[in-house]
Amino acid sequence: MSSGRVGEKRMSEGQVGAEQRLVTPGMVIGPSAGKRAGSGTIAENNEFIATRVGWLNEQNDVVSVQPINSAYMPRSGDLIIGFVAEVRNNLWFFDVNGPFQALLPMSLAPWKVEFGSTRQHLGIGDAALARIQEVDETHNMVLTMKGVGLRRLNEGAVVSIPVNLIDTLRGNNNAMVSRIRDATDCRIIVGDNGRVWIHGDAANMQIARNLIQTLNEEGHKKTFEGAVQALENERGEH
Amino acid sequence: MGGYGDVKLLRDDGKRLDGRAIDEMRPVTIEAGVLPAADGSAMVTHGLNVAVAAVYGPMEAHPRKIQRQDRAVIDVRYNMAPFSTGDRIRPGFNRRSREISKVTAESLESVVLVERYPRSKIRVEIEILAAEAGTRCAGITAASVALADAGIPMRDMIVGVASGKIEDTVVLDLDKAEDNYGQADLPVGILPNTGEIAFLQMDGDLSIEEYNLAMEYNHKAAKEIHEIMVDALKRRYEGGEA
Repeated sequence: MSSGRVGEKRMSEGQVGAEQRLVTPGMVIGPSAGKRAGSGTIAENNEFIATRVGWLNEQNDVVSVQPINSAYMPRSGDLIIGFVAEVRNNLWFFDVNGPFQALLPMSLAPWKVEFGSTRQHLGIGDAALARIQEVDETHNMVLTMKGVGLRRLNEGAVVSIPVNLIDTLRGNNNAMVSRIRDATDCRIIVGDNGRVWIHGDAANMQIARNLIQTLNEEGHKKTFEGAVQALENERGEH
Repeated sequence: MGGYGDVKLLRDDGKRLDGRAIDEMRPVTIEAGVLPAADGSAMVTHGLNVAVAAVYGPMEAHPRKIQRQDRAVIDVRYNMAPFSTGDRIRPGFNRRSREISKVTAESLESVVLVERYPRSKIRVEIEILAAEAGTRCAGITAASVALADAGIPMRDMIVGVASGKIEDTVVLDLDKAEDNYGQADLPVGILPNTGEIAFLQMDGDLSIEEYNLAMEYNHKAAKEIHEIMVDALKRRYEGGEA
């Protein structure tokens, strides 16, 4: 996942090398002999063809395109922040920012739920932190809330960011998000589905939201890092 | 088309009424990402045509009966704004816009990797803000840039181009007068990287030689427009802000 940032960094420095070039759908990337087609590419007539706009990436003989803009496609194991969209007697449907609603059966909720009492635990519009248990080939999704830290989100705020900016927000090994946590004194959880939960006192939450807004608007790693650095300097002086 | 055979469309110096050479295209500009609310968008100006395309999705296909278990459906809505031509167009679907929506959807289905998104729908809205012959081509070009901008995987993009025949001469990219009083119009959707044809329509008639020449012009123009499309997509991410 770090490869996308390599391209971005090069882009900021204005040196788009042969390996990190920006490709568009249909563009021939090169011969496919001895290599495998990764995400964002297909092999056709012994050539790789890009299927998305993004940065070209080659690692361990796998050629892939790191898309610049993409919709959230759920994968099993993803940590997501969802909103309850529909409640039945024995299950909930969540809006997870994907093309389809995800299903949370009462057996995978963290509470002891009686048949028919689902609404007492989570109602329509409530936010929850959950994990994707499984996704089948027709996009049916099952969520689980059994797991460390998975819970209903009772306070704080949820903001959205484009899925392709999640890696930038997190940084290497979550370094960037830890820095923001320290600088703003907020609890922050970055969901894989492009939703970020922030909780702290009102003024600090506003600062954190402004930072994320900067990332949303600029979309570039350098500007965002600069904003975080500026905030740290400002906070350090007090 | 037809019935006006005596209208003069070529000047004595061999150029066309607007001063273009017979194999010269109207100027094309493309901008990607013009609509902030859409998942992907593009604006194409082709001569005096202005087409805006917006892409939403993939999303769950509704109503349920349009869902396909093995692939996504592409829902295209081509519409001309009431103010897009001199005569006001009655708002809403008509026979022509239905036909263009259908051919556009079918040609886009041939490039989008629809099998990746079963049961989903990809919504493509094409709005023609100004029309001067060749709006279906401008619309399809805009739609494929918008799809690429939305990050939807595609085998290739589609370029919409047209050639035709005026005064027994094959010309590239008909303008309004040439379309109205000319003898033939041949709009095609070309996959620029492979040269494959995604859609082809013909109005009027062409001999085989004329057809081959028209297609040669179309392929040449498709390459030029494709470069502008790629440039538009790159500009969106490389340009400006540091």
